[in-house]
Amino acid sequence: MHRLKLIIGLAFLLSMTALPVQALDIEITQGVEGALPIAVVPFPFTGDTNSPTQDVAAIVTADLTRSGRFRALPLSDMLARPSRPEEVDFRDWRAVNVENLLIGEILPNGPAGYMVKFRLFDVFRGEQITGFSFPTTRNDLRATAHRISDLVYEELIGQRGAFATRIAYITSVRDAKGEEKMHLRVADADGYNPQTIVSSTQPLMSPAWSPDGKRIAYVSFEKSKPSIWVQEVFTGQREKLTAFKGINGAPAWSPDGRYLALTLSKDGNPDIFVMDVRRRSLQALTRHWAIDTEPSWSPDGKEIVFTSDRGGKPQIYRVPAAGGEAQRVTFEGSYNARASYAPDGRYMTLVTRVNGDYRIGVLDTANDTLEILSRGSLDESPSFAPNGSMIIYAGRENGRGVLEAVSTDGRVRQRLATQAGDVREPAWSPY
Amino acid sequence: MNSKYLSRFGVLAAVLVFAGCSSTGMRDDQAAAGADVVESGSGAQTAGAAATGRWTGSPLDDPASPLSTRMIYFDFDRSEIRSEYVDVLRAHAAYLVDNPSITVMVEGHGDERGSREYNIGLGERRANTVLRFFEAEGVNPAQINTISYGEERPAEFGHTEAAWSMNRRAVLSY
Repeated sequence: MHRLKLIIGLAFLLSMTALPVQALDIEITQGVEGALPIAVVPFPFTGDTNSPTQDVAAIVTADLTRSGRFRALPLSDMLARPSRPEEVDFRDWRAVNVENLLIGEILPNGPAGYMVKFRLFDVFRGEQITGFSFPTTRNDLRATAHRISDLVYEELIGQRGAFATRIAYITSVRDAKGEEKMHLRVADADGYNPQTIVSSTQPLMSPAWSPDGKRIAYVSFEKSKPSIWVQEVFTGQREKLTAFKGINGAPAWSPDGRYLALTLSKDGNPDIFVMDVRRRSLQALTRHWAIDTEPSWSPDGKEIVFTSDRGGKPQIYRVPAAGGEAQRVTFEGSYNARASYAPDGRYMTLVTRVNGDYRIGVLDTANDTLEILSRGSLDESPSFAPNGSMIIYAGRENGRGVLEAVSTDGRVRQRLATQAGDVREPAWSPY
Repeated sequence: MNSKYLSRFGVLAAVLVFAGCSSTGMRDDQAAAGADVVESGSGAQTAGAAATGRWTGSPLDDPASPLSTRMIYFDFDRSEIRSEYVDVLRAHAAYLVDNPSITVMVEGHGDERGSREYNIGLGERRANTVLRFFEAEGVNPAQINTISYGEERPAEFGHTEAAWSMNRRAVLSY
């Protein structure tokens, strides 16, 4: 097993609120054999004042390494440090068996801005593959670095990168008096810039990104009863959507962002409903004495999958989003729950019980095969990256809740943890 | 069984001792607190009465009463009431029937295994089992509220069956 330890963000405390928020530490626990060798040369700053506070090349290196698909050349092994094309001698890079070379520089751009220029080369062909200039600001330097990572990933792997995305998650910390404090947080996909968007002493659950990435729906038990809220991520403004008697849970956005599927037990037992978010009109999708919950939309918006124990044990069912007969989807195993589709609509990730352990599985709906991807005993809440390359989920490590990510082929693994308390219920943002 | 009593008595004793020791003027508050405790300290005397078989406080606080049991436990992935809790729930039902102005909140909880929203469903099913039991015993449904916390509010924090069995529970709070 390839063990690369990459702890980032230890000292990085940043918050929109007054509260100090701990960054998530990311540790790559398993990388891919035969990852692509790449050299990312530090980007020099050409200005005199206002030098950047972020090391763009280091952020790109961390992104690419974290994906498990790249092996970055250590700085100490670089024979040269070019930043412009005329400074590149491909022999320097062939000598250390690097196939791709990323160089760049950061130029001053106006009083408070920067221009980040980069070029990606194919070392053996001796050709430029791509190159861009991004205007940016001090606050957006990390985001610019992630965009560069996305472009490199797309050029070399052939799939859109998901580095410039974010994750939402719940943290729970118990204070000295034993009182639990829960936070709904949003961080960059690399664990940086964690920001608390909701805090409560009552449970917070089930964050769900709107398809445009601007809003998050979630469940809050504030005032000692569950209710579903929709909150603007940037402004913090929020609205209560439902507070019916009984369960108000499991919100899931339709792909067009117009509807929320949710679980309500106002009529006596948990059923799936679809709410028109703007009009607030509600339509029942299931009517069954069983527990029907955890709805999730197919990428084309035509179907909703959900968990139901109508057959005696929890299994996944599907129902047309416009209403109709529910059909059972999973037959293997005695516990399958919380399914959600990959962006391609063919694969589905879910929680499945294997020999008493709760693990993350991927179901190939085309040939009905279930592959187990995780290794824990209490794994839950899987969520696909928007490019479908990885699944983030909640697990336990030494009794603490941690987030783990695994590539959909099971070859790359990462762990994300805060310094204290539990982290759970990750939701990967859209692009 | 009487530990609650003993600790209350202990607090009373401690406050009295403390008040007794104090000789400075700033002790007014404590003196007042002491007086308070002495007044409710008639409860301490009731402890003696309880020992002889008579309880004068709220029956909910009588440690000898089945009403003092407010938590019942469930088997894994089940919501049926276990036979050992039937008498306890009957006593609560009788109490609610006798006291139509009193309401009870039934909280349903589950262990941490499996997915969270499904566990919310399971917790509600447990709370509803208790609700239906009370209704069958003649309790006015208006006296009963339910809420499910699923696995979100564990009573025990371990990750073993011992902890899980303590978390699959319904809690009655008056």
